[in-house]
Amino acid sequence: MDLSIFLIQCLNALQYGLLLFLVASGLTLIFGIMGVINLAHGSFYMIGAYMAYALAPVVGSTFGGGFFATLAVGVVLAVLLGYVLEWAFFSFLYEREHLQQVLMTYGLILVFEELRSLLVGDEVHGVEVPAFLAGTLPLGELMTYPVYRLFVSGVCLVLALGMYLIFTRTRLGMMIRAGSTNREMVQSLGIDIKFLYRVVFAAGLGVAVLAGMVAAPVSSVYPGMGDSVLIICFVIVVIGGIGSIRGALLAALLIGFVDTFGKVFLPQAAGVLVYVLMALILLWKPDGLFKAG
Amino acid sequence: MNHSKTLFVLLAFAGLALYPLMAGNYGIDLVTKMMVYAIFALSLELLVGTTGLICFGQAAFFGIGAYAAVLLPAQTDAPSLLWLLPACVLAAALYALAVGALSLRTKGAYFIMVTLAFAQMAYYVVHDTPLGGGTDGIYLTLKPVLGTLIDLDKPLVLYGFTLLMLVGVFGFLALLARSRFGRALAGIRVNEQRMRATGFSTYPYKLAAFVISGGIAGLAGFLFAVKDGFVNPEMMSWHLSGAVLIMIILGGLGHLRGALVGAFAFALLQEFFKSEAVFGDFARHWHLGLGLSIIASVVLLPRGLVGLPGQLRARLVGRSNLQGVRHEAV
Repeated sequence: MDLSIFLIQCLNALQYGLLLFLVASGLTLIFGIMGVINLAHGSFYMIGAYMAYALAPVVGSTFGGGFFATLAVGVVLAVLLGYVLEWAFFSFLYEREHLQQVLMTYGLILVFEELRSLLVGDEVHGVEVPAFLAGTLPLGELMTYPVYRLFVSGVCLVLALGMYLIFTRTRLGMMIRAGSTNREMVQSLGIDIKFLYRVVFAAGLGVAVLAGMVAAPVSSVYPGMGDSVLIICFVIVVIGGIGSIRGALLAALLIGFVDTFGKVFLPQAAGVLVYVLMALILLWKPDGLFKAG
Repeated sequence: MNHSKTLFVLLAFAGLALYPLMAGNYGIDLVTKMMVYAIFALSLELLVGTTGLICFGQAAFFGIGAYAAVLLPAQTDAPSLLWLLPACVLAAALYALAVGALSLRTKGAYFIMVTLAFAQMAYYVVHDTPLGGGTDGIYLTLKPVLGTLIDLDKPLVLYGFTLLMLVGVFGFLALLARSRFGRALAGIRVNEQRMRATGFSTYPYKLAAFVISGGIAGLAGFLFAVKDGFVNPEMMSWHLSGAVLIMIILGGLGHLRGALVGAFAFALLQEFFKSEAVFGDFARHWHLGLGLSIIASVVLLPRGLVGLPGQLRARLVGRSNLQGVRHEAV
């Protein structure tokens, strides 16, 4: 294999892995802290991608357009949506069994898919890369690489770093970490656990929506795109260890590389490789790489 | 099991036996599908309701049973039911053995996600490889027969055969629940720690339940493939795994008859929302109605349809204490 192709695939793998990390981190946070298995998390990613497609003209006509304005509007909408969903559906699920959470969020997936179909139809859409991020960048003498993909990796890295800082350095992060370890104790210390849950949920949803929005020009938007991401994210959460952000990062990068290089070297078996990896890791460590708590 | 419940089950089976006398082709086909769903739901009930293992990958075993029914026979002769049916059940049970051996090392939410992921793996194998004919699926050209006596190509014969299988699976699971093995599974559901403390090695019990469940799901898949004469990867999709979970919850968890009622109710609900006579063009979006009713049933029917009479009675009498209603056999 050509060195330049190898390097390009490495960058692709890194970008894909980081993107998966954003979605998986929300999934694992919502589970680790609120104890809710959210099957509808993949739908948030899909909603994000469709927002990138549908919002651009709207934002263009009302706010004068611009890529970052679209992203900002999308995130604001996501947080509002998070607030409403948490209040209407998820707040009932905290004390329920896993089974009922699985069912209700499964019902939500069906509802989201159909609403998507009603609102924007079932066609596959492409989303244009914003002009100032179009084109390719020469990397060294050997190769060129699309600017937009670098931008996606950059956004993911910044978000991951931001999450890390919030988690480890702020009062909110301290409460979140405490809340995931001992809910009752946190509550009896006078911290509003319901508010904390709402923040975590809205943040998880916002990050998934943002991931979907920035990914849209790379992957295009299509029906059912949330499902495949959700299941890969489950694999990531299982491999990384439930509730562990560190684990999710490592696992997401691992999956990014296995999937990308699988498609290059073993295209027939690429879909299965990820699951084989999961099986091997579970044989070795049934609780995932980093067991949280 | 008290008498009214036995009576309910007997009446239900008698009704199913008499149904073809008054039904047309469409009705026969629909009820055959419902009975196949019921067998599928019973297989999951053994895991979730009896043993307390929430498996979210049941569709894989269903799909493997179905694909085996198409792939195993040579395409020249109508295959004999005598070997094809056991072979399909065995194929599904073998996959269940492999998946179960791995996923039972994990617990709780991990187990849910791992079973889902392994089912997805099976999905990709038939979806992406030439083996399964890709997204187009494969046609089953010759339906299995047993001598001249049984020819599953005839809808009425298939109906009768499916009913027979349903009664057989129901009876088998009812007996199982009463056996020492079934009691051990119930013990594992209630408190696995304590079961281990009393000297049960719980892993082999759970694995055995997983394999039996996979085999029964394979049987359902076989029947479904024979009914439609067609298999495609959607039979293994995680939407079907979700649907079958909903069937047993909708019916009422912890009761075999719950799985029965739930499968029928789910299929009817699906038919209803798909019906163009009722919804016109909107019937295309039948998932919306289905999704909303799933959410409503989680909120309003925590004990499922089987628990509804008790729930209403309690409401009328004004008692709120319904403990103990939920987990009883059959």
